[in-house]
Amino acid sequence: MVDTSVVLSGWRLDNPVIPASGTFGFGNEFKDFYDINILGTFSFKGTTKEPRFGNPTPRIAECTAGMINAVGLQNPGIDEVIAKELPRMKTYFNKPVIANISGFSIEEYAYCCERIDKEEQVGIIEVNVSCPNVRHGGMSFGTSPEAAAEVTRAVKAVTTKPVYIKLSPNVTDIVAIAKACEAAGADGLCLINTLLGMRIDTMRRQPVIANTMGGFSGAAIFPLAVRMVYQVAKACSIPVIGCGGVHTASDVIEMMMAGATAVEVGAANLVDPYASKKIVEALPGEMERLGIERLQDIIGIVK
Amino acid sequence: MYKNAIYTIRENRPLTDVVWRMVLEGDTQWITRPGQFVNIALEGKYLRRPISVSDYDDHTITLIYKIVGAGTRQMATMQQGEQLDLLTGLGNGFDVSNAAARNLLVGGGVGVPPLYNLAKKLLAEGREVAVVLGFNTAAEIFYEEEFRALGCEVVVTTVDGSHGVKGFVTTALAECNIAFDYFYACGPLPMLKALYDHTEQDGELSFEERMGCGFGACMGCSCKTKYGNKRICKEGPVLKKGEIIW
Repeated sequence: MVDTSVVLSGWRLDNPVIPASGTFGFGNEFKDFYDINILGTFSFKGTTKEPRFGNPTPRIAECTAGMINAVGLQNPGIDEVIAKELPRMKTYFNKPVIANISGFSIEEYAYCCERIDKEEQVGIIEVNVSCPNVRHGGMSFGTSPEAAAEVTRAVKAVTTKPVYIKLSPNVTDIVAIAKACEAAGADGLCLINTLLGMRIDTMRRQPVIANTMGGFSGAAIFPLAVRMVYQVAKACSIPVIGCGGVHTASDVIEMMMAGATAVEVGAANLVDPYASKKIVEALPGEMERLGIERLQDIIGIVK
Repeated sequence: MYKNAIYTIRENRPLTDVVWRMVLEGDTQWITRPGQFVNIALEGKYLRRPISVSDYDDHTITLIYKIVGAGTRQMATMQQGEQLDLLTGLGNGFDVSNAAARNLLVGGGVGVPPLYNLAKKLLAEGREVAVVLGFNTAAEIFYEEEFRALGCEVVVTTVDGSHGVKGFVTTALAECNIAFDYFYACGPLPMLKALYDHTEQDGELSFEERMGCGFGACMGCSCKTKYGNKRICKEGPVLKKGEIIW
């Protein structure tokens, strides 16, 4: 019997499989397909202080082995998440959840994180400093080591739960930003968010996405994610949640060998609503095939 | 509720140059209303392709789709006996219980297909059904006879006047004196807007949007309504006339 459990900042997960924020809502759309309690946990929809409608449509574009989204952080706002989504989630998900928080100012990050920190259902606070969709938004924080560190410090000052910073790959040196977050007190890191991309409808001679650009995700970005997870995990001593293009149990193991302690599954959930379930179920077999007894033993095993 | 299952192609043939009809065999129990859609996984394509259900019975689903891109072009090459992975039972669909004694169904182009099963359901309940089908040219027309065979009053319009009433579906409404108390519509956005502006009667309109997942998770197809944000794939694609914000 193989051991699929992993530990994130003292929290033991049954397995490292975590649907990524923005691809799983608050779990509600997936609980009708399968019992989502089989997951390690999941990261809920990026939440901001105020309710947001997000960007105009079209927000989605098909790509080779991936997709672009420019949803623009549509969410009901922190008040409704706490008042409605979390109590409803409790009726179908009995594990702690990862709270994904976004903001447009240091004060907003701190406000939302302080509020969500008080919720017993939250296991980790994942701070999105990297969403590329919102003008004057997360992008600016995630692309500079100083700004990312400032958000980290502000959030850490008002929270008690582990704080993980979700990093943008749209930077020259992700290691510098990761190290700045670690030095500012981050308990962990999550990477990568989507890559800024664009498609053009050649018939209409217009961008496919109303917002012109959007975040590229899906199977195509997996090698970039593995590379960045590898670089950051080597340079930092806090845990890394690997994210980007994961579709299979084999991808999960590869991401962990690169240095990830746990792994988020994103766009795959939108293509196949059972994607995360299939990964959880395939993981023990894949471990046996590769001669892995304890999944924790392979974290960052690649030199 | 919605479900994922494998379906076998029983028929896949052209109705016009670019519009095809595909009949799939498999589990249809999750389709509960006309106007719902399926989301189709295609080999080599990342996202599924959402296609409205034109008709369904206990073991078959009929889809009528237009070749508009690489995905639908690939669908048109598929042969009888090949299999497809579908999510079914997606979207809210038309609400037959809102029907009046006299109902108008308005379809434009590939907005026509979901009205077919709706017409069947309404006629089965003893309602009167008049259908206005709008196309650009005579060459694009499909299902005129199929609707007539159901026993509906059918008016066809073409923009170039090559068949039926010359003009748009609203031209037919102005010229043909069709009496109705409630309407159902599916078609391109300008048609839906024109119909909305043209009608005093209440009705339901089915909208189209680029989708990511098709089951409410990604927020890719959201729209604003008078009663808050809705997802075209989940709370839609059918919206009530009274909730629409243009």
